[in-house]
Amino acid sequence: MVVEPHIFSLALPEIMLAVGSMALLMIGVFMGEASTRFVTTLSVILLAGVAVVVIAMDAEGATFGGAFIVDGFARFLKVLALIGSALAILMAVGFVRQERFERFEFPVLIVIATLGMMMMISANDLIAVYLGLELTSLASYVVAAIHRDDARSSEAGLKYFVLGALSSGMLLYGASLVYGFTGHTEFGAIAASIVASGGSSVGLVFGLVFLLAGIAFKVSAVPFHMWTPDVYEGAPTPVTAFFAAAPKVAAMAIFIRVVIDAFAPITSDWQQIVSFMAIASMILGSFAAIGQRNIKRLMAYSSIGHMGYALVGLAAGTETGVQGVLIYLATYVAMTAGAFACILAMRRNGVMTEDIYELAGLSSTNKTMAFFLAMIMFSLAGIPPFAGFFAKYFVFVAAIQQGLVALAVIGVLSSVVGAYYYLRIIKVMYFDEPAPAFEKTPVELNAVLWGAGLFTVLFVLVSGPLGSAAAAAARTLF
Amino acid sequence: MYSLIVFLPLVGFLIAGAIALWGARTTIPAPVGGAHGHHGPDDHGHGDHGHDHAAHAHAAHDDHGHDDHHAAEPAAPGSRIAELVTTGFLIVSCLLSWVAFLTVGFGDGETFRVPVAAWMTSGALVVDWSFRIDTLTVMMLIVVTTVSSLVHAYSIGYMSEDPGRPRFFAYLSLFTFAMLMLVTSDNLVQMFFGWEGVGLASYLLIGFWYKKPSASAAAIKAFVVNRVGDFGFALGIFGVFAVFGSVGFDAIFANTEAVAEQSMIFLGAEWHALEIITFLLFIGAMGKSAQFLLHTWLPDAMEGPTPVSALIHAATMVTAGVFMVARLSPLFEHAHGTLTFVTFIGATTAFFAATVGLVQNDIKRVIAYSTCSQLGYMFVALGVGAYGAGVFHLFTHAFFKALLFLGAGSVIHAMHHEQDMRKMGGLRSKIPVTYWTMLIGTLAITGVGIPLTHIGFAGFLSKDAIIESAYAGHNSFAGYAFMLTLIAAAMTSFYSWRLIFLTFFGQTRADHHTFEHAHESPRVMLIPLIVLSVGAVLAGMVFYEAFVGEAQGEFWKGALLYGPENHILHDMHEVPAWVKASPFFAMLFGLGIAYWFYIADPEQPKRLAARHDALYQFLLNKWYFDELYDLLFVRSAKALGRFFWKAGDGMVIDGLGPNGVAARVQDVSARVVRLQTGYVYHYAFAMLIGVAALITWAMFAGGIN
Repeated sequence: MVVEPHIFSLALPEIMLAVGSMALLMIGVFMGEASTRFVTTLSVILLAGVAVVVIAMDAEGATFGGAFIVDGFARFLKVLALIGSALAILMAVGFVRQERFERFEFPVLIVIATLGMMMMISANDLIAVYLGLELTSLASYVVAAIHRDDARSSEAGLKYFVLGALSSGMLLYGASLVYGFTGHTEFGAIAASIVASGGSSVGLVFGLVFLLAGIAFKVSAVPFHMWTPDVYEGAPTPVTAFFAAAPKVAAMAIFIRVVIDAFAPITSDWQQIVSFMAIASMILGSFAAIGQRNIKRLMAYSSIGHMGYALVGLAAGTETGVQGVLIYLATYVAMTAGAFACILAMRRNGVMTEDIYELAGLSSTNKTMAFFLAMIMFSLAGIPPFAGFFAKYFVFVAAIQQGLVALAVIGVLSSVVGAYYYLRIIKVMYFDEPAPAFEKTPVELNAVLWGAGLFTVLFVLVSGPLGSAAAAAARTLF
Repeated sequence: MYSLIVFLPLVGFLIAGAIALWGARTTIPAPVGGAHGHHGPDDHGHGDHGHDHAAHAHAAHDDHGHDDHHAAEPAAPGSRIAELVTTGFLIVSCLLSWVAFLTVGFGDGETFRVPVAAWMTSGALVVDWSFRIDTLTVMMLIVVTTVSSLVHAYSIGYMSEDPGRPRFFAYLSLFTFAMLMLVTSDNLVQMFFGWEGVGLASYLLIGFWYKKPSASAAAIKAFVVNRVGDFGFALGIFGVFAVFGSVGFDAIFANTEAVAEQSMIFLGAEWHALEIITFLLFIGAMGKSAQFLLHTWLPDAMEGPTPVSALIHAATMVTAGVFMVARLSPLFEHAHGTLTFVTFIGATTAFFAATVGLVQNDIKRVIAYSTCSQLGYMFVALGVGAYGAGVFHLFTHAFFKALLFLGAGSVIHAMHHEQDMRKMGGLRSKIPVTYWTMLIGTLAITGVGIPLTHIGFAGFLSKDAIIESAYAGHNSFAGYAFMLTLIAAAMTSFYSWRLIFLTFFGQTRADHHTFEHAHESPRVMLIPLIVLSVGAVLAGMVFYEAFVGEAQGEFWKGALLYGPENHILHDMHEVPAWVKASPFFAMLFGLGIAYWFYIADPEQPKRLAARHDALYQFLLNKWYFDELYDLLFVRSAKALGRFFWKAGDGMVIDGLGPNGVAARVQDVSARVVRLQTGYVYHYAFAMLIGVAALITWAMFAGGIN
């Protein structure tokens, strides 16, 4: 195999992660459980370093025979995914210490999963997609079940694995159909082949649906969302925090790249599928969350709904739409991180609590946390002037520009329904009789909370640079 | 001068009102228990006992000058100023009114207008503030200002312990101003302004003790019942404008002949224009003057302080309806149907209210029903066309009715807020001045005089004039009116004497403590009584000739218009002697029965009541009008309201709107959550179904060419 000269310049971040993760694994293996803290610190440093490299690198182009592509879009999302993963590891620190759950594999597995995400984000070929996806998934299955002695955690891991295997099968089946009907696995070639053969065919649509079903499983879009609430609830909370943020970014990246790059000629076909998923996700996310008392399940439905909103932007299929999706993902990662920082801080008498009503009267026992959580909830509900409002605004504008008014209207209405359960949390915190105070919030959670909270509240200050970055990223796809 | 008469009370109102507002800001009113019983004999706790002795020792001390209001709280600062300013202004206004009355009534000036300011101009509708000065106006001016100034003075004593005095005097002056605007109005809209103004003041004054639920309820009742009448009045004004193109009296009166035969469409039917207009206007008069069917508010209005009852609900405001009909006599002269209706309502009211008055035990309620009844007399006179007689009775009635009310207030005052006559008796020696003045009032209202002459108390002349005019009247209800007013005269005599006998004669039925401490009222309250007594004695004899006698033409100078065929004033002097004497004998009959029942054989009424229990209950419950209205209007309106509330708002709007949507959301949510079974195969199945559905959709809806 001839090593192309610019492999290193293009794939440096991934190589760093691959080498780094193995090194960390060695450290852990040889130093034992006692190294957990050390490994954790090193992984965060590694992820941060890789993020710096991604931001700093200016090389763009394809390598590995066109299967691996680096462009503005990829870099934007890679940074986002790296931040998400790093925050997940960071937020686990206190949890790991208090739950006596000191496993050095946890940060290592997350680094490996992140490597898979980076691969997904840069994938420009169906085989590369599958590689990245499986790498992420396999690491995720293990992470979900990492609390081996906990039945719920094991159950979550198993469910995730079984359903993930099914979805992988669908993805592979779809990929093979697409390959069969176009003769190519590389995105650009697929698109060219479709144009050459004069549009869609039944076989191609079959392949498209199966392919998208496999990816939709990862973004937990309805009807491939069923695993989400159970896994979110069962998995240890830092793992849930991880699942909720970074993998969604990667899966959405591959979703976008597949439909925009490979299936652009049959936009009307996938647009319907994406629209359906968007509508179903928004509605289900809003309605199902109302019935939840467990805040992790609630966040699961919340993330289903938010992926629905993000898909609205994708359904538009335009540059503005993709820009909207990117902004949406950025704010979503921030809001999710902040929300999970609060959930992880819900610890009383050495026990994690997950019931919404445990937050009662938080405004009088922990003003800062209550304030930021309230702001994040307002933001998740899409109330101006917080981040979530602008995110929704951009995707809805994109949809309306493409004439998808019904989609936007349904989105707005379901966000009204969704506002109910977000506001209920605020009501519980501010108007209910105070429950006993939580334990002191660990410093790293406070840091995440402040960061995410300030980002959410002061989004208007960063919306300009973020918007232009997202616009630049989106432009590279078209 | 006329501006002074009308606007001095307004200035007084503004000053006293400002003091009341300022006082309300500076003092935090202490809460007064809403359950404070109005009639409760135990109103005086033992804590007041020593206080009573102290007061008793100083006979002139007016510590108990109020109905029931225990003044634990201090009077608002500036109360004295408010009292003196309003009362002083009213007295000035009153003196000027008498000057005006003598110059206009007995001079030879024509009707003239005093323009004040422009009000509104909208297309053909031009309304200005201006006074119309004629004999009718100045006659009303003296009635209003005289009674009002006396009531103001009386209230200084009566309300001396009430912390809300500035407010009270402000309201009294506001009322007086509104009433003066009403009687001086030069057009219907200005009259309506005054009309509503007195309604407002009445509402405020009845509900003056607003912490007492019954007073608030009575105030609302008065306001609401008056709305019914005012609605008719307003429609009448609209009708006048539609027919005459103007609301000014000059324009209206000048054109009555021209439109006499006109007709107009109302409620889809064609009516004789003046008949329907006057009918609607009379509906307004019925409301304000508490005529049969719209009378229910008047007895309840006794919840207000007694001076208010004297001023508003006896002497002035309730006569607004009578005044209005008299003022619009040129219109009514062309509406014989309405006049017949007026006669019928008036006679019915006179009779109805008298029957109810027979059995009431509350001293104020007896007088209230007597007012209602006397107003009926006035309308009988108006109905048969004897406007002068009606207005004359209005004039004399103002004196003796105010006298009776203020006297009743003095009795209540003396009896420590006791209003039930069954708990009085033998007060003659305790409160002699009150006794004598009330006796004069009773002689006046029952119509004592020398038959076939013009010598007698005020009521003798005016009431007899009405009964004679009813006999002489030509419309189809005149005979009916004659019979009923004659019977009512006997009943009036009975209940008036019953009041005197129960209150002042016989053995006392009050408890020893109360009786021992009964004391005469302070001078500031007695002087108005004496002044009014003079009026009650002389008003009839002095002014008979001018109002209804041979000199009436040059007195009224056209302020009251008699049609060419209306010779009632002449005819009423020509009635047979037995007719002229009959009211006197009716009076004697009533007096005799009252004497028999309450002096000679006090057990008799109880036996009679027991024997005719159904009738007794019927009368005691005021012919069950309140219950009937409650059933017809209040309950049905509430039922309708409840229907719209429960069914309309609750079920339809909330049900389909917020609550319904929320409930559906909950349902959907519950169902969606139930989908989440926890079984992996369910989840896998859902995924496969999803894929199948998406493929199907993409194939059929998508563009597979």
